[in-house]
Amino acid sequence: MRRSSLPRPARAGAWTLAFLALLAVAAPFLAPYDPAEQFDSAESSRRPPLSSLLVVRTLDGEPRLAEQLAVDGGDLVLLRRSGALRLPLDSVTNYGERGVTERRRAWLGTDALGRDLLSRLLYGARISLTIGLLAAALALTAGTAVGSLAATGGRFVDQVLMRTVDGLLCFPHLALVLLLAALYRPGTWLLVVLIGGTGWMGLARLVRAEILRLKQEPFALAAAAAGRSPAGVLVRHLLPNATTPLLIDASLRVGGCILVEAALSFLGLGVQPPQASWGSMIADGQSHLTTAWWIAAFPGLMVAAAVIGSSLLADGLSDRLAGLRAGTGRRTRARSPWAIRTWLGQT
Amino acid sequence: MIRLVLRRLAAAAVLFLIVLTLTFAAVAGAPGDPLAPTDPRIPAEHAERLRALYGLDQPLPARYLRWLGAVLLSWDWGQSYQTGRPVSGLLFESLAPTLLLGGAALFAQYLLGIGLGLIAGRRPNSWLDLGVRGASLLVYALPTFWVGLMAVLVVGVGLGLAPTGGMTSAAAYELGPLPATLDVLAHLWLPALVLGLSMAGDIARYTRNSLIEFQTTDAGRAARARGLSENRILLVHGLAHAAPRLLQMAAVSAPLLLSGAIVAEAVFVWPGLGSTMLQAIQAGDVPVVLAATAYGAALVIAASLAADLLLVRLDPRIKAE
Repeated sequence: MRRSSLPRPARAGAWTLAFLALLAVAAPFLAPYDPAEQFDSAESSRRPPLSSLLVVRTLDGEPRLAEQLAVDGGDLVLLRRSGALRLPLDSVTNYGERGVTERRRAWLGTDALGRDLLSRLLYGARISLTIGLLAAALALTAGTAVGSLAATGGRFVDQVLMRTVDGLLCFPHLALVLLLAALYRPGTWLLVVLIGGTGWMGLARLVRAEILRLKQEPFALAAAAAGRSPAGVLVRHLLPNATTPLLIDASLRVGGCILVEAALSFLGLGVQPPQASWGSMIADGQSHLTTAWWIAAFPGLMVAAAVIGSSLLADGLSDRLAGLRAGTGRRTRARSPWAIRTWLGQT
Repeated sequence: MIRLVLRRLAAAAVLFLIVLTLTFAAVAGAPGDPLAPTDPRIPAEHAERLRALYGLDQPLPARYLRWLGAVLLSWDWGQSYQTGRPVSGLLFESLAPTLLLGGAALFAQYLLGIGLGLIAGRRPNSWLDLGVRGASLLVYALPTFWVGLMAVLVVGVGLGLAPTGGMTSAAAYELGPLPATLDVLAHLWLPALVLGLSMAGDIARYTRNSLIEFQTTDAGRAARARGLSENRILLVHGLAHAAPRLLQMAAVSAPLLLSGAIVAEAVFVWPGLGSTMLQAIQAGDVPVVLAATAYGAALVIAASLAADLLLVRLDPRIKAE
């Protein structure tokens, strides 16, 4: 097995993304608590990171939290933010020899409703990463389709498509997404269509340029002369040779889509409760900024980690591509779009 | 020269027409009926009358042409559903704050970007260079609104160095022109810095790479051979080498800047296009949302036109082509 020849930062980026994806997939096992659970929210809301509260379980089935406990006569005194609460000792079910030992720990703090922030971040990763990946995949597909069509469909098709692309690229991306979100009021999964469906234009330009360049190469001319249909040449010869720039763009775009989703959710037009993405969690934190900075702070760092991962990977891939083009002068002849390992050097 | 300018102007006009068409298509394709009676007691004829009043009873092509004509001939973007005021007047008021914020952010972006790029490009692969590259990746990756919130928290609330939102203090205009201007500047610097910072990374990275590349060109070697100082080589000749592309990047980053301005305005309660648009979205005020989006695109077209024309002055080779 040969060592991957991707540069070290790119590998770090790939590992970061893989790690975040693992967190998202394993969220049910990793999350200490139910991300939606409002556990005695009057007491647990806006607790800072690394805080922990004692859990007192009672016969009435409604657990209560306390900062400290004291025994006074036959009563257990719960010292709470709102003052002391007395409960008869015999109604407490988890009072053992060493008193109450059960604790609820908020490693990253709790939000305004007392929900555990760490658990919410892990579950939020599922939404944010899924939307980011799917939107980028959609943009990749749409961009490739439009770009190839423009490059091979003749002058009229090319003009219509590329002028549309020019027009769409004039819109600030977020303004366009906001306009469409306002008009179509998408649910969580339609967001993917919205973000991916407005993010393919740069890719279409890229694909078109690549195909137009490759079309003149001897191998493409030879394939056409040997009788392959234009569509066959496109799919079997041109697109496989354009995979690397496409993957670079797609890799960068995953981060871009995550950022757009975060912004959209922050503005209240993206992911809606009860679902939560990192962006909507930052929005939750905005109104408690001065009293509980951690609610907004941590989700932002998660977004940054995902975007950094995706950018590092893209950077590394493009360095590798530049090396390929400049170094050997030989373009990789990939048989199918999946023959990525050829140029990754991981054969 | 005049022919070139005219050609660029014509291209921009065509682009604006395409933008208008796309905006219209988005709105025309949207589901739902804005004039559907919300109250069952409203008679159906009333809705019909409203439909006729807004011209919604006509076929799509006729509506398109009528709308396009109104926009192009008399800059009439219709009326706000909320207030009944003309949309163009409403947006005119919020255009200036956005231009102010965007301009200041652009200034901050280039100041920071070129400064950091120079630091990094002087000593490639030094720890300073690595630091700048890491920082520019970080500011790209952090969501602008998050940086804004943290800036409000730390600089605004914690250190008390800036107001936490808005463009003017209450009644500041009564103090006279100079204090009023200073008051706006006090409100402006933090959002502009946050917005500029989020985009400074690209500029820093490009400046750095361009400076390193310059030293391998004939011009760069000639400058060194003539015994110019390191500073002179980088600051004068190196930056001149980078300038045309840096100018182009301003046009390329205009849509990003405006996207960022929307969230920055939301965080800092800045009364610009973005805030107007968000407020209109919440109220379901479609004409305002539509026009604000088109204004955004128009600003982008204007920015790229301006950059194109400046580029001709900066780089005479383009004129020769």
